[in-house]
Amino acid sequence: MSNLFTHARRVAGRALLGATALAIAGSAVPANAQDTIKVGVLHSLSGTMAISETTLKDTVLFMVKEQNDAGGVLGKKLEAVVVDPASNWPLFAEKARELLEKEKVAVVFGCWTSVSRKSVLPVFKELNGILFYPVQYEGEESERNVFYTGAAPNQQAIPAVDYLMENEGVKRWVLAGTDYVYPRTTNKILEAYLKSKGVAAEDIMINYTPFGHSDWQTIVADIKKFGSAGKKTAVVSTINGDANVPFYKELGNQGIKATDIPVVAFSVGEEELAGIDTKPLVGHLAAWNYFQSVDVPENKAFIEKWRAFIKNDKRVTNDPMEATVIGFNMWVKAVEKAGTTDPDVVIPALIGVAVPNLTGGFSAMMPNHHITKPVLIGEIKDDGQFDVVSQTPGLIVAEEWSPHLEGSKDLISDWRSPMNCGNFNVKTGKCGGAGN
Amino acid sequence: MTTIARFRSFCCALAFLLSVASFCLPGADRAQAQDLSGPLGQIATDNYGNTEAALGELALSGSPAAAGIVSALADGNLVFSPSTRQVFIRNAAGALLDPVTLQPVADAPAVKPVRVNNRIRRAIEAANGALSLVSPDAAKRLDAAQAVGRSRDEAALPALETALAKETDPRVKTAMTLARASIVIAKEGITPAERIAAVELVGAEGNQDALAILRSVPDSAAPEVKQAAADAIAGIERNLAIWGAAQNVWYGVSLGSVLLLAAIGLAITFGVMGVINMAHGEMVMLGAYTTFVVQELIRTYNPALFDASLLIAIPVAFLFTGLIGVLIERTVIRFLYGRALETLLATWGISLIIQQAIRTAFGPTNREVGAPSWMSGTFDLGHLAITYGRLWIVIFAFLVFVALLGVLRLTRIGLEMRAVTQNRRMAASMGIRTNWVDAMTFGLGSGIAGIAGVALSQIDNVSPNLGQSYIIDSFLVVVFGGVGNLWGTLVGAMSLGIANKLLEPYAGAVLGKIALLVIVILFIQKRPRGLFALKGRAIES
Amino acid sequence: MSTLDTRPPALLGTSGQIFLAITLGVAVLVPALNLLLPPDSPFYIPTYVVSLLGKYLTYALLALSVDLIWGYVGILSLGHGAFFALGGYAMGMYLMRQIGTRGVYGDPVLPDFMVFLNWKELPWFWWGFDMFPYAALMVLFAPGVLALVFGWFAFRSRVTGVYLSIITQAMTFALLLAFFRNDMGFGGNNGLTDFKDILGFNIQSDGTRATLFALSALALAGGYVLCRFLVRSHFGKVLVAIRDAETRVRFTGYRAENYKLVAFVVSAMLAGIAGALYVPQVGIINPSEFSPANSIEIIVWVAVGGRGTLVGAALGAVLVNYAKTYFTSGLLAPYWLFMLGGLFVAVTLFLPKGIVGTFYEWREKRRPPPDEAAPPLAEPRPAE
Repeated sequence: MSNLFTHARRVAGRALLGATALAIAGSAVPANAQDTIKVGVLHSLSGTMAISETTLKDTVLFMVKEQNDAGGVLGKKLEAVVVDPASNWPLFAEKARELLEKEKVAVVFGCWTSVSRKSVLPVFKELNGILFYPVQYEGEESERNVFYTGAAPNQQAIPAVDYLMENEGVKRWVLAGTDYVYPRTTNKILEAYLKSKGVAAEDIMINYTPFGHSDWQTIVADIKKFGSAGKKTAVVSTINGDANVPFYKELGNQGIKATDIPVVAFSVGEEELAGIDTKPLVGHLAAWNYFQSVDVPENKAFIEKWRAFIKNDKRVTNDPMEATVIGFNMWVKAVEKAGTTDPDVVIPALIGVAVPNLTGGFSAMMPNHHITKPVLIGEIKDDGQFDVVSQTPGLIVAEEWSPHLEGSKDLISDWRSPMNCGNFNVKTGKCGGAGN
Repeated sequence: MTTIARFRSFCCALAFLLSVASFCLPGADRAQAQDLSGPLGQIATDNYGNTEAALGELALSGSPAAAGIVSALADGNLVFSPSTRQVFIRNAAGALLDPVTLQPVADAPAVKPVRVNNRIRRAIEAANGALSLVSPDAAKRLDAAQAVGRSRDEAALPALETALAKETDPRVKTAMTLARASIVIAKEGITPAERIAAVELVGAEGNQDALAILRSVPDSAAPEVKQAAADAIAGIERNLAIWGAAQNVWYGVSLGSVLLLAAIGLAITFGVMGVINMAHGEMVMLGAYTTFVVQELIRTYNPALFDASLLIAIPVAFLFTGLIGVLIERTVIRFLYGRALETLLATWGISLIIQQAIRTAFGPTNREVGAPSWMSGTFDLGHLAITYGRLWIVIFAFLVFVALLGVLRLTRIGLEMRAVTQNRRMAASMGIRTNWVDAMTFGLGSGIAGIAGVALSQIDNVSPNLGQSYIIDSFLVVVFGGVGNLWGTLVGAMSLGIANKLLEPYAGAVLGKIALLVIVILFIQKRPRGLFALKGRAIES
Repeated sequence: MSTLDTRPPALLGTSGQIFLAITLGVAVLVPALNLLLPPDSPFYIPTYVVSLLGKYLTYALLALSVDLIWGYVGILSLGHGAFFALGGYAMGMYLMRQIGTRGVYGDPVLPDFMVFLNWKELPWFWWGFDMFPYAALMVLFAPGVLALVFGWFAFRSRVTGVYLSIITQAMTFALLLAFFRNDMGFGGNNGLTDFKDILGFNIQSDGTRATLFALSALALAGGYVLCRFLVRSHFGKVLVAIRDAETRVRFTGYRAENYKLVAFVVSAMLAGIAGALYVPQVGIINPSEFSPANSIEIIVWVAVGGRGTLVGAALGAVLVNYAKTYFTSGLLAPYWLFMLGGLFVAVTLFLPKGIVGTFYEWREKRRPPPDEAAPPLAEPRPAE
């Protein structure tokens, strides 16, 4: 993995050349008459997802202000256009259309849930917009107009499972999730991965619960029972947002300690923990690509400025925020490189762009429109923060098409020419679904 | 794999050695004991393996300082200077001490605590468990015996046997015998008779843990041992199946009490007054936020009162949400009497406003409401695991129910409420201030919803969306039980709760819930006015 | 009941004629302004406005269907979103099958979500959805059958008022949970999306959008005429009588449950059509359409516009949704829920008959009545 970074660098170099060439060609076109560049923010500020997405809206506003203080982009100020899709999926599509067609924004930062992304996808394709999507997701997608700055399953789930196998000697697994696409896919990938590591089928328990499930008594008791079979047991939780608090409260109530049955979660970060008394949860784990507690100067400076901006010196930061920051900086860099905000120029220019992340390294945009990330495993501390107990030595490239899934094991994605394809089938040698 | 094996054997060794070290402290070799520079240099690296290895060396050293260092590590008081990697113990006053001599350090450098993860934490726990097998405190010995029994580490056996020989307290002795049996059962090179004795001893426990232990009888064991173990397992499983059903019923009662709490305020505003109160869930949510605010104030001004925070929050939440309820009644609802369906629209609007107001005031994220110490933990009743939190919520729900029933039946205002809702005009002509009674009734229903919020803050998210997740269930409970009848609400909540929990193991959480909804829909066809339908002319259209 | 006959027997009143004229007018005008004018013309209507208006029109049709049963039969359905969503799913399944090999996995038969969840073959309930006529039939059939079964049970057992409202809510909630399940084979939470074309036309082209818009307007006009025809007929008078005094109607010898059932099924089918037109215009159908909150919102549209006026229901749907679009952008975004909530409270307090109902009342007052005929849509009895 260590030479990955140099690879990313090389890619960046090449892209830079290409982009410069295009920029020169593009400069013949009359410059945009507006004096600001509009940046769309498409995050729910009301409804069920406001709990997670509001912070990301603030993050984009913060980045816009920082960028404007530093002189803007291409000599123009940035202007954030905030809309509220209200956790309503069709409204996401409507608002995306409004941003692109009416407001004519140069780029959109937005969406949290997969369904919201799926809902706006046709709009971005049709109107040729750019969407930065900052949340970990199930993968199985690579689109020309979307840049995925959150983790794909292999950038979060698999290193976490590896950590538990190696460091905790876990032999028996509970895969607990909310019944929607991300947990289903992640659990399918994990199941295949665990079996390939020699875990027997009877040592894997899979459980799905509805959204907002609040009565966890039976399931936690089942987990306890499953865990008392004499083998070290761990829970891999893909439980979504609101259901986590009652889940952890029930774990604490039933006295399941991290030293007995550790729970590793992929959707629980600093924001979520802010609503729970974490003392009974010390030692339970989470896997992310960023933690607020990462002890590097970049992160400290970021947290300080963020808190000054939001005027709250206790406000936490989390992984999707970092992904938003990385995406924002990548877009700025690509636009400056391209010399224009025209998506047709910026999209290819983005590939290969590398910007510092907040954990002391660089993240690069790969040709599959996903970024390279380090994977961090953190243990919950009693102050609601995470103690980083493990970090992958290098950066990990996203497997947007999981090799562990039947349907996608032959697919790859490369948005550079000549391939220019998000779902190229290496077996048939054809671009899967583009219709050409 | 090998790392794990090595880790496990290390744990055992550590546990054993620490215990031995503490046995014979005076006789330890002084010269060896003082030379801790090796392990202390290793303990503060970024690698947990190194920390663990250093802990091992530390234990092997037999130094009297080792136990102190381990306990400092457990408490997060073992610190090191990042530049020199020098290790210190931080005392309660924050001063840095030399780990071996325990003398204060002259010029203290900037330090960070040595990091601990689950792996190190387990090693520390095992070490402390074995150490306290010989503690003078009987309670600690009991805990230690149970801890050793749970860990089932063969290496701890000698220490355990030594302790067992010396043990006088009968309870601790039983625990130690059991712990020994749990270890012996899987040990190689043991006579079948001894193993069978162990199987019987463990089998008599009859719980989930015993099952796990019995399953660890090695394949190499004699056939009669295996037979005995299989019999014991079958017996326990039969037994546990019955207890499992009882456990499900308990879960059902507990879920039912949550539903009861959520619905009982609605049984007043909707059931008695006929207001389709869509803002009911928001009253519950306001109650939960009141708890949050009360706890914040207590944390700031008088942390000693924290355990009483919920008790304080109950009346505050009742008054606050009750007041909001009166306000809503006076400004909106009172213009809508007799137009039940329009109350649905207005209260829906109100619920949107309250939600967004809370979101603006407190932010959209969850707020932390802590659990007082008397609400955390579990106890076993036979083979039922009952958590204190749930138990208190069940008790609380019934108390609220009884209190509400009492208010309606026995007090003057209760009488007036019933009079007004049964025949407004007649009540008015008897001199009852119907306006005032309406406001009070709505306030009472809202206040009850508020105190339900106090209880729900213990098990659910305290977020602006809290109320939304209970509103549908609440209406179902009230309608299922029969509008206008508190007993109906009680029976409705309990039957829905228990039915849900009995369905869940077979159908799963999602299908179980769907099945329940379908059952309620079908049930309403059978009894279109709910379980406890009010009889009489008032109901017929 | 005889008082009802004092109204002119015309199928359409003045407001109805205005409504139809406007609906048919926009059906022609909006697509024309979008397709024929150059984008820089001041009268040009951008495509996103066309889809937006198209969405409003389908909502208006949905509101119309709710008004038919709530305004005229007194059935407060808190689960009408379910019929809308079922119609939408039927259309979505057709559109899904049309994607064919253009899905990301290029599977000719299985939709993408089935491929990556390792489904091996198409489940039986997806059969036939590659044919438009079958899908179109299912758009009517799926909501119709559900309404028939549900209504048959509920009306026969004389479940009325609040009880009926709550079990309709339970019905849509159960469907919501069921459609969320990935094992159901409807795409789980993500639902159905990324449609390519409809009847061979690219779903994203301006022409298709304009056509869908025109169809929505025509459907709304047709739905209005149908509802109007129903409520003006003898059948409709029985419905109103049931709304106001069901027991009396029953004692007069009418089988009230059959009347209610027919109205309920017709209403569900109208909602299904609205859903089917909605899906290709917004590009996604997912279980959140089943959420009880959505169904309550439909009721709110009708109340805002004016219950029992048909025109009002449609108007209310358009107005509330326009407000939603307007307030969820820009500076007002954090406050729009306050306005929406405030709007509902204000309408119930100050305009209890809704906008159109209040307007009618005002008109009645200005025009001296020919005799003391009670207005037929006088305050109906609350759901007992």
